[in-house]
Amino acid sequence: MTESTSKALNPLPLKERMKVARQLMPEQPPLLRAANFKEVNLGYSEELARQEALRCLECAKPACVNDCPVGVKVKEFVQLIVARDYMGAAAKIREDNVLPAITGRVCPQEDHCEGGCLMGKKVKPLGIGYLERFVADYEQRHMDPRNIKKAVPTGFKVAIVGSGPSGLTAAGDLVQKGHEVHVFEALHELGGVLVYGIPEFRLPKQIIREQIDYMRAMGVEFENNVVVGKTVTINELLEEEGFDAVFIGTGAGAPQFMGVPGEHFNGVYSANEFLTRINLMHAYEFPKYDEPMLNFRGKDVAVIGGGNTALDAIRSALRLGARKAYVLYRRSEAEMPARMEEVHHAKQEGIEFHMLTAPIEFLSDGKGWLTAARCIRMELGEPDASGRRRPVPVEGSEFDLPLAVAVIAIGTSANPLIQSTTPGLATNKRNYIQADPMTQRTSRKGVFAGGDIVTGSATVILAMGAGRRAAKSIHDYLTTGSW
Amino acid sequence: MFKILHAAFIAPGIKRFVLQAPRIARKQQPGQFVIIRIYEEGERIPLTIEKSDPDRGTINIVVQSIGKTTHLLNSLEAGDSLLDVVGPLGKPSEIEKFGTVVVMGGGVGTAMAYPTAAALKRAGNRVLSIVGARNKELVIEEQEMREVSDTLMITTDDGSYADKGFVTDKLRQLIDNGTRIDLVLAVGPIPMMRAVADMTRKEHIRTIVSLNPIMIDGTGMCGGCRVLIDGKSEFACVDGPEFDAHRIDFAVLVQRNAMYRAAEQKSMEDFQRERDSLLETIHAEQKAACALSGGVQ
Repeated sequence: MTESTSKALNPLPLKERMKVARQLMPEQPPLLRAANFKEVNLGYSEELARQEALRCLECAKPACVNDCPVGVKVKEFVQLIVARDYMGAAAKIREDNVLPAITGRVCPQEDHCEGGCLMGKKVKPLGIGYLERFVADYEQRHMDPRNIKKAVPTGFKVAIVGSGPSGLTAAGDLVQKGHEVHVFEALHELGGVLVYGIPEFRLPKQIIREQIDYMRAMGVEFENNVVVGKTVTINELLEEEGFDAVFIGTGAGAPQFMGVPGEHFNGVYSANEFLTRINLMHAYEFPKYDEPMLNFRGKDVAVIGGGNTALDAIRSALRLGARKAYVLYRRSEAEMPARMEEVHHAKQEGIEFHMLTAPIEFLSDGKGWLTAARCIRMELGEPDASGRRRPVPVEGSEFDLPLAVAVIAIGTSANPLIQSTTPGLATNKRNYIQADPMTQRTSRKGVFAGGDIVTGSATVILAMGAGRRAAKSIHDYLTTGSW
Repeated sequence: MFKILHAAFIAPGIKRFVLQAPRIARKQQPGQFVIIRIYEEGERIPLTIEKSDPDRGTINIVVQSIGKTTHLLNSLEAGDSLLDVVGPLGKPSEIEKFGTVVVMGGGVGTAMAYPTAAALKRAGNRVLSIVGARNKELVIEEQEMREVSDTLMITTDDGSYADKGFVTDKLRQLIDNGTRIDLVLAVGPIPMMRAVADMTRKEHIRTIVSLNPIMIDGTGMCGGCRVLIDGKSEFACVDGPEFDAHRIDFAVLVQRNAMYRAAEQKSMEDFQRERDSLLETIHAEQKAACALSGGVQ
């Protein structure tokens, strides 16, 4: 990788920088993209990237860095873009983030780096996510995997359970310290939720493969088709397979259903199943791929929920040919947890948002096929435990919404496979694994955990942050031996 | 990749495979299953493990040709490989000394009932087995079942072998003869399991069946295999595959299994036309992958 020594000066005077408009992300036109699974955002060109980088105010105490769960040195990598040292910028990002092409695409930047951007108080914040993506894609096109440095081996072996964002991050950080890292994945593809959960139009599979190939070149070993808890247990990894530490990053896993009548009708899916069929199994390419999907042409489809998963599902349904595609959310748009850009994109594509609406029953044709959702209107009451205003049903407001398919995207609960097969591993009352928020240590010596299996459903970047903290604390544990 | 060490038809359309899968072989218990994927464009399907040999690192599966994937699988031979085999999945069968247990296998279900029958026998139960098939040629695992049963009864629908009739006829006889039955285990086609459940419900005989709904990941992640148990959703992959037959909503099971019938028919028609070229592609892919990875797992 190129080393940058030149401290390039931004040619724009500070007071001019806020006058430059945030550079727009080139994207597929809404009507075109609503009919294909190709990536929506096309990425900055070199010129757009540099133009955007020039806007950076180069704050003395950059909030963007503080607000990043993995602490990417935003100001420094943006300065390297200004200096046109893109490989230097990539190396700078990689000091803190082993998956830049992924976070550049799926991070909710408004909640982290861009949310902290000083410029955002007056004008639009610096396009940090877009710049990160540009740098990562540039690196992919120009790097030579033979130049990837391998650390001096320490002789320690670490098992990573799950190849999702937390596991990959922990693996990347640990291998750079010289530890032997072996990642176990239950599915036939690597990437966890990045592969089965996030659709091609938001995060192309090729990008994930490239990032994983990079990790392979760094020395990380991967083994698919191993369900830890079933194929092998945590105890066996530690006692029989010679691992010195284990990181559990298995994700939240189990889909939640609403518990309303009719959820078993044909046409009612969990978001996990719906997205797994499409993303992991390529059902949208049936019959080239064998995994089938219902025929969506001319059908009305709704997703229940307001997060990124809900939007991924309904935008997929639209791309499969749905006539009407609805988001039903029991709160208002202000409470929707989805990324801002996804809501914006979904609206452009023609997704209809029905806020303050929740199904109370699914109806069928009498032969077990979904025909409608009986819904009720809600109004917002007092804030609940999540700090968001609690939805309260409006009596007598029921109505039937005709539907052929309904996708339930109301969150997940803990998958118990590991907890139930690992003696002494403490869990909380919702059966998530208990781990120290700073060190990610569990109640079992040598066993660390992070990501959704600890916190419940969150975001890619928060899981990565946990993976990063775990890697640091695993390294400390291995090198000092103290627990 | 997972190499097929041995493959042979044991009845028309029913083939037994011995797969190299050392991790699974070490852990398998009766009642558990694997999920397999044959090739890159393939679907994932669950298959019960007939038995395993931890020393040799092998597992056996018995496959009946039904749709595209099973037909394709049954076109493979020793020396071929499966891209993915994951397991052992699902809860193991509940094995304890119940007393007298009736083990019923219908069609290819007999191969799935066999490992549990053997374990029940080892646990000291009196095992009365009833094996049924459409005709003589489709009776499988007779010898294996005989070895683990105190009594083995066989029925064929057309009377071409042993007694003409259904497995439920034999169960009825046992009940009518006043045989004390502590547990019934039935594995076979849904109508058979449903008929057994209806019969034993009235007699208050605890009955376990093994379900095989549409499944994708097999780890509890997707919820596609959900079945209605006492009106509540449970996942066959992690809560099952064995369930108390008297609590299952069989109508919903039948309805959900029919969800992709149109697509399945199309796949099957395409397969019949393109079988040879598909096999050629798969063999070429396996050869390439093998060369790349320096061998199979």
